[in-house]
Amino acid sequence: MDVLLQQLFNGLTIGSVYSLVALGLTLVYGILHIPNFAHGALYMVGAYITYTIMTSLGLHYLLSILTSIIAVGMISVLMERLVFHPLKDSTPIQHKVAAIGMLLFLESFAQLIWGADYQQMETPFGQVIDFFGLTVTMQRLIIVITAVVAMILLYLFLKKTFTGATIIAMAQNREGAHLVGINTNKVAMLTFFISGVLAALGASLTSPINLVFPSMGHLVILKAFVIIIIGGMGSIPGAILGGYIIGFSESIGATYISSDYSDIISFALLVIILTIKPQGIFSKGGV
Amino acid sequence: MAAFFNKRNIVVGFILLAVIFPFITRNDYFLHVMTLAFIWMIAVYGLNLLAGYTGYLSLAHAGFFAIGAYAFGLLTVKAGFGFWPAFLLAPIITTAMGFLIGLIALRTKEHFFAIYTLCVGYIIYLVIDKWEGLTGGVRGLIGIPAPSSIGPLTLSTPIAQYYFVFVILLLVIFVIYRIIHSLTGRTFIAIRNSEELALSLGISTTKNKLISFVLSTFFAGIAGVLYACFIRFIGPDIGNLNITFDLLTYMIVGGIGTMSGPIVGTLLIVWLSQNLQFLQDYRMLIFGPLLTLMVIFSPRGISGLFALWSAKRTRKLKPKTSNVEEQA
Amino acid sequence: MFLETKRLTKQFGGLFAVKDVDFSIEEGKINAIIGPNGAGKSTFFNLVSGLYRPTSGQVLFKGKDISNLKANKVAKLGVARTFQTTHLFEQATVFDNVIVGHRLRTKANLFDSIFHTKRLKREEEQCKEKALEVLQFVGLEHAVDHLVANISQEEKKRVAFALALATDPEIVFLDEPTAGINPDETAELSELIEKMAENGLTICLIEHKMQMIMNLAEQIMVLNYGEKIAQGTPEEINRNEEVIKAYLGGSTSA
Repeated sequence: MDVLLQQLFNGLTIGSVYSLVALGLTLVYGILHIPNFAHGALYMVGAYITYTIMTSLGLHYLLSILTSIIAVGMISVLMERLVFHPLKDSTPIQHKVAAIGMLLFLESFAQLIWGADYQQMETPFGQVIDFFGLTVTMQRLIIVITAVVAMILLYLFLKKTFTGATIIAMAQNREGAHLVGINTNKVAMLTFFISGVLAALGASLTSPINLVFPSMGHLVILKAFVIIIIGGMGSIPGAILGGYIIGFSESIGATYISSDYSDIISFALLVIILTIKPQGIFSKGGV
Repeated sequence: MAAFFNKRNIVVGFILLAVIFPFITRNDYFLHVMTLAFIWMIAVYGLNLLAGYTGYLSLAHAGFFAIGAYAFGLLTVKAGFGFWPAFLLAPIITTAMGFLIGLIALRTKEHFFAIYTLCVGYIIYLVIDKWEGLTGGVRGLIGIPAPSSIGPLTLSTPIAQYYFVFVILLLVIFVIYRIIHSLTGRTFIAIRNSEELALSLGISTTKNKLISFVLSTFFAGIAGVLYACFIRFIGPDIGNLNITFDLLTYMIVGGIGTMSGPIVGTLLIVWLSQNLQFLQDYRMLIFGPLLTLMVIFSPRGISGLFALWSAKRTRKLKPKTSNVEEQA
Repeated sequence: MFLETKRLTKQFGGLFAVKDVDFSIEEGKINAIIGPNGAGKSTFFNLVSGLYRPTSGQVLFKGKDISNLKANKVAKLGVARTFQTTHLFEQATVFDNVIVGHRLRTKANLFDSIFHTKRLKREEEQCKEKALEVLQFVGLEHAVDHLVANISQEEKKRVAFALALATDPEIVFLDEPTAGINPDETAELSELIEKMAENGLTICLIEHKMQMIMNLAEQIMVLNYGEKIAQGTPEEINRNEEVIKAYLGGSTSA
């Protein structure tokens, strides 16, 4: 029973990170219909920036995260301006290839700057605490809490502010939004900014319990895609729910099936889902 | 007519150049690089048929390349097959897997298809990596036989292997050319333009997409087999996503949906990488942005640019009736 | 009846896009469907041409139930259609774009293509002849070798017509054939549509340009919110109270 509870808590931690990353991906998809393959690279860059600021400037972990999320948000906006904006009337294949180009560049860039070695990120929250009878590290608790707070803030922003409402409006109807006078350029940039922030936040939170390396974004982005397909491409609650579903099934699968194949679980899940429902689970409309 | 002869001249010129290449360099290493480039070209032609002419970007291509290589490796090393039986059987195995996966994958469209194949590719890689009992895991598979002789023709020297791979490449190009410039190719292109329109023109998109997908895995399989018997050692890395991205780069830079694109892109990037040795690990610093820039400024790659340029030059001449996709 | 629908219905997530539509198309005539934006006209076309499966109801073509046939099978029976957007391949010539239109009447497969068999050569010839024939018919013989990217919008519409005609259809559905082109060109396209009917083809079109429809169509059906509110000759439609109400009350795009 203890093992199960422990695994459930691990699932909650991993799931929180997955949800954050998937949220950014789903927002961008919802608004621009771009599956941003470079999203995983933003995640990786986020972890490195936090790491570098901590080690070279000696800033506090939390302050480093703050700097990092803003920096990655900016990189994300830059990517929208330089790459996706010029491609807005192009074919889906072009979008994907352009994103892959950015992914390859960022990974190579990280390797050049930080090397191919695995880096360990320190955290001031390493202490072990007793949490309702479970022994957990403070860091994991912080991951869950921060992620949940970030999600609530995002929700409030989208639902309660005017700017947030324009994002929702554009996700529902791009031409319509343009017609009623919404500055679609601004909304696109804002969305990319939020998306970058969420990716960097997820990466910075999880790095102390994992490792930092140039290809660390690969698996995460693949899983984020699985999540948003499960949750419905463009759906915000779907991304959160999907993130936790994958988080739980992985941590439980790793314990009760095989830790070797725990990475396969989510992909197998996706393959099964798309096999049964080629347009995703929560697809609207139908032919 | 002038344009026609020009094109023929270019083709003949390239073949001649490739034929005398071993005598120009007299350098085994360059020969090795070139042979490997030919193998990649075969794989890129497969990718191009599906992504460039049918409009479906598969990110599982390296996975099928690896299936071809491992099928060949396992047949020869573990199952004790002779070189030639394995050489014929391995692409068939790859194609059969391609058929099964295509059957399901092609129910999805556009982004879903790309993500689905991305995951399929990753699963193939993970299975090769983790299933040590069969594939040897990260240690890989060693002792794969080199091509055995055909009668008096021995294929053990680097030059012989170079010509062997070259002949197969020519065959592949010929077959692809025939497919593209026929009713089958026109059908693929119609699907790429608009599946709805193709359907309402009475084209079975399901069947034709599957044909294109299976063909693309067949060519990936051949390339994998050639790689296995040329390098004679294979590890799970050949199924890695990075290989898919390499192939994608060759195709995009050369020209997606063009006949000459796979050759141009592969040659250019393979030789650039050779000359930028110091960049080896960081080559994507250049090729990543190149990929993105190409997509933005020249969606049909270098071949597309060349075609545009020669079209402008010959505008005054009366164009010849009909030819799908006439490219440099 | 040549082609008819019986209580044809299509629902999208609870909403009726097309509801209980009974419509019959007479052979050799020009039929039209009109209605405000979002009235379900395009959905109706997609149902008849097999791109959508009806939620309930039937489509009968020459007495045969085609409701559940796939679009490519429907096309083979002789039902052709065009789309609002032409979906042509801009970087190829007009001729190349049209050749594939006759593909459905050929049998050459992958084997034929790779080995360049007699059958392939014969059928390619057949497709090319067909393409030239239909391009001549739509009045594009001068543009055969032009790149689609370099021809006018009106010419693109003609190419789309030619593609539909290359399938050897008995009935052609035209989805807003004159959207986005000027009045003079509209008149010319109307002539072409009449010429198609004179050649024995049955036509059914969606159109917003009322005047054009009134002159062209012999039978009109009016859809509003997915339901048929009227059917009859142009004169009858002109006098129909409900139609006037729907147009005045609803969108003014007509």
